[in-house]
Amino acid sequence: MLIADQVCFRYSPRHPWVLHQVNLEVTPAEVVGLQGPSGFGKTTLGKLLAGYLTPTQGCITLAGKPLPPQGYCPVQMVFQSPESAINPRWRIAKVLQEGQFPSLDLQARLGIHSGWLDRFPHELSGGELQRIAVARVLNPQTRYLIADEMTAMLDANTQALIWQAVLAHAAQHRLGILVISHEAALLRRICHRVVDLSDANTIRAQASASERA
Amino acid sequence: MTAQAVTPTAVSKRARLWNRRQRTLAAIGACALLLITLVFGSWLIGDAGLNPVLTQRNQPPSLAHPFGTDWLGRDMLSRSLHGMSLSIQVGLLAASFSAVIGTGLGMIAGSFGGKIDAVITWIVDVFFSLPHLVLLIMIAFALGGGTKGVIVAVALTHWTNLARIVRAEVLQINSSNYVQLSHRLGHSPFWIAYHHMLPHVFPQVLVGLILLFPHAILHEAALSFIGIGLSPHTPAIGIILAEAMRHLSTGYWWLGVLPGLLLLLAVKAFDSLGENLRVLIDPKTSQL
Repeated sequence: MLIADQVCFRYSPRHPWVLHQVNLEVTPAEVVGLQGPSGFGKTTLGKLLAGYLTPTQGCITLAGKPLPPQGYCPVQMVFQSPESAINPRWRIAKVLQEGQFPSLDLQARLGIHSGWLDRFPHELSGGELQRIAVARVLNPQTRYLIADEMTAMLDANTQALIWQAVLAHAAQHRLGILVISHEAALLRRICHRVVDLSDANTIRAQASASERA
Repeated sequence: MTAQAVTPTAVSKRARLWNRRQRTLAAIGACALLLITLVFGSWLIGDAGLNPVLTQRNQPPSLAHPFGTDWLGRDMLSRSLHGMSLSIQVGLLAASFSAVIGTGLGMIAGSFGGKIDAVITWIVDVFFSLPHLVLLIMIAFALGGGTKGVIVAVALTHWTNLARIVRAEVLQINSSNYVQLSHRLGHSPFWIAYHHMLPHVFPQVLVGLILLFPHAILHEAALSFIGIGLSPHTPAIGIILAEAMRHLSTGYWWLGVLPGLLLLLAVKAFDSLGENLRVLIDPKTSQL
């Protein structure tokens, strides 16, 4: 189980809280939605859960233990724009090899053509690149996936294709997924439950205000 | 109508014969060949032209002496070629050492950050705050002058700019999503430095190396000029140009102009070599 316990985060003591005492848990094979207006710390919470940032207070635990600081992190994240998440100087084959090379089965499910492998990232479209980015993190060691607006920039067909592939993979490998999205319809369709960060915001505003006073 | 119809086919025919990639490769080949010729040309023509022939002093350029002769009757073409060869070797060696130091320290500073970064940035600032000609002279003098002194002095004083550029580049991509993701995929900082950072900074290093090269030659000439660089008997291009200065007003233009043009040609060849390599390395332009 991936748990965020009373997590607080700010960039420095001079800055206001981005997150204040947030609790969240994702169990294996569960799909949890995370929604809330812009600037309410959805992406920050995702980055904390995947180990990109460390909480200022509180802790993130994975099956009772803190996230490993080095080595493969079982919680992986997919970003909104694949262009920023893929080294533009690498051919696609090398990008995929950075994780573990995806099985033919996974490649087929995500619709990755073998002809793409020796191309450069700028030679693929956004939707094609996002499928590469997803395939890269769906390794056997991955236990949880943070999908930060994973399909927000894509057309409906590609969106459906990616989610079908990811959900099928998740069901097969008992993967827990946190879906960060603005799209209420998407969250309703694929998530088992949805968490709203709007309520957390009032708490954090109060905490920042009381510190300033 | 016909002219318009003909032009595109002519263009596409030429494009088929020589596409962008082939033209780039051809330019790289031509520049490399020219530089290799300049370095090894002096071997082929031998030392014969370096001896004084007092009956043929101050001859203007002719078929026998394409670059003319100097006030001792030495053939300027063979002197210039020998000088160019020596200058390119010294310049290349000094610039390469400098580039290696700059890239190494820049990458270390950018990747590790914190105290290591502060120390390296401080060293760079110290080197920047000293006038580098003074530093050059002190290092060359401490090493007793000569070729070794020039190479070490130039290498030790020219890495700072490159180190700053590389550090900034590394800092920038260190915060990029793909490098952070690489950390979370379990790759070590050394793996990331080698696979992500090095290919990213390589074009900058290459351009830096090329910009260092004329500097290295000029500083070699400056050190030779004040007598702690190469010996005045060796035909370095800097020494030749310094000598020619004294003869320009007497009308012996070929002593300065022709070796100067040769230097310009070599520097331009390096520049073109670097620019074409950059085009080839950059994935956005390499496949065109």
